[in-house]
Amino acid sequence: MASEMFDLRLYVAGQTPKAVRAFANLRKICDEHLAGRYRIEVIDLVDNPALGRGDQILALPTLVRRLPTPIKKIIGDLSNTERVLVGLDLRPRRTAA
Amino acid sequence: MARNNFERSEIGKAPTGIAGLDEITYGGIPAGRPTLVSGGPGSGKTLLGVSFLVNGAQSFAEPGVLLTFEENAEELAQDVRSLGYDLHKLVEQKKLLVDYIHVDRSEIEETGEYDLEGLFVRLEHAIKQIGAKRVMLDTIETLFGGLKDSGILRAELRRLFRWLRDRQITTVVTAERGEQLFTRQGLEEYITDAVIALDHRVHEQISTRRIRVVKYRGSHHGTNEYPFLIDRDGITVLPVTSLLLEHAAPDERISSGLPTLDGMLGGKGFFRGSTVLLSGTAGTGKTTLAAHFVDAACARGEKCLYFLFEESPQQMLRNMRSAGIELGRWVDKGLLQFHADRPNRHGLETHLLAMHHAVEMFDPDVVVMDPITNLLAVGTSIDVRSMLTRVIDFLKTRGTTAMFTSLATNDDSLMHTETLISSLMDTWLLTAVDQQGTRRSRQIYVLKSRGMPHSDEVHAFRFTRHGIEIEPIQASRAAAPTRQKRGKRAARGGK
Repeated sequence: MASEMFDLRLYVAGQTPKAVRAFANLRKICDEHLAGRYRIEVIDLVDNPALGRGDQILALPTLVRRLPTPIKKIIGDLSNTERVLVGLDLRPRRTAA
Repeated sequence: MARNNFERSEIGKAPTGIAGLDEITYGGIPAGRPTLVSGGPGSGKTLLGVSFLVNGAQSFAEPGVLLTFEENAEELAQDVRSLGYDLHKLVEQKKLLVDYIHVDRSEIEETGEYDLEGLFVRLEHAIKQIGAKRVMLDTIETLFGGLKDSGILRAELRRLFRWLRDRQITTVVTAERGEQLFTRQGLEEYITDAVIALDHRVHEQISTRRIRVVKYRGSHHGTNEYPFLIDRDGITVLPVTSLLLEHAAPDERISSGLPTLDGMLGGKGFFRGSTVLLSGTAGTGKTTLAAHFVDAACARGEKCLYFLFEESPQQMLRNMRSAGIELGRWVDKGLLQFHADRPNRHGLETHLLAMHHAVEMFDPDVVVMDPITNLLAVGTSIDVRSMLTRVIDFLKTRGTTAMFTSLATNDDSLMHTETLISSLMDTWLLTAVDQQGTRRSRQIYVLKSRGMPHSDEVHAFRFTRHGIEIEPIQASRAAAPTRQKRGKRAARGGK
């Protein structure tokens, strides 16, 4: 588990405040919890609108965990670290959310 | 750039290409604006939207984007293929683009602020790719099940409809009908330009689809519920009550197919575009008389559409052949078409639509319905009358001559129907059998015939190897008019 590589994609559309916030939050979370075993690819749909189709992107920002499988999606500016960790399966889901 | 709505009597319209719908909306749905189409499951809303896109792409040079949140694109393509729509081909021709958006709540974690910019980006990309002028969102309310923050969703949907309006995209937004509202999520709050409601009702095992334009800002529209039909040719909406009473009244006369009968009708036969009721008891030759009329019309090179509510076309052709009238040759030449349907298979509305549809496809000069009394199996006499009013209205507008046969019995309801129906008819012919000793003799007479002098004699007729022969009118009485033009001598009373 500890050696698993996290392949993450962050979808945004331009340098919006939400996108900037999401990227900063993501870097912080990854550095704290996944140091050395993550890769983040930022995809800007303004430049590459066709790419939104593959991962079924609707809301922005969307973080997609490509690896490890199964694919997970987290939408929003990732401001709630606890929820992001749950979404990435780094923390067990609590029954009373 | 500000548009002054007050100076424009009617807003721009985008034709849907759906037969009938463009009539009740006086030209189509609002161009460059969103229209909400709401209905229950299976009410045909997706099909309506797809028709709007396909027709736009094929007939109006307006490419379209179908953004579906419902089924996957392949299922959808298959569903509409049964209606003759080839989505794949349109996609290849870059006239249509289908994008499928799948939202699964269980896959998505929400944290913090987000928006639906991803949807906007994808939609914009799709629109740009093919130069789309039309968009269909099917069914966007699905998003409420996929995303938790309905506050964000509502704000974003509001933004989406504004965005589409700013881009002058004509949009159809489908939505599931709610309990109290037109849509479950109250989308009508955001889409205020036009709202169309679809309904699928089953009454006494007979299903009828209905459509209603609930709202149409800045435009007149028919406010009634109109029945519509989904068949292999797509959607047909039937404007139930004719909007105008403006039939042309041609002076041209056409033969009944029997010279003596023409003689009884002022010497010239029926008026073209008029309605003829042929009523009589069983076995008095109504169908044979109708066959003569059809035979004569086809011989003139006119097209006839014959609705059979009792017999199959084969039966009818065989019987007429034995009566000496060979109608098969006209079928072969494409001048005569039969349309046989059991009355109790559908509701009256559906029959009405099917008739409309058949008439529109074949474009006949003459229509026969034989016998209309069988329609009483599926509706009350009032219903049948109202349906026939609409049929007649439709046929008169087209200038089609129509003959209806009616089986007279001693049954009260039938007699009642006949009385109700007769006022819709320009000419009313009666046939009867008179029994004298061992011989039954058949008789025919003209009960009324508007706009022409006609005979008031009862004529005997018989079946020969060449069809019906009516005994000629005595020369002295041939031209004797009983009634002149309608109204002229009304003061004198009827008989």
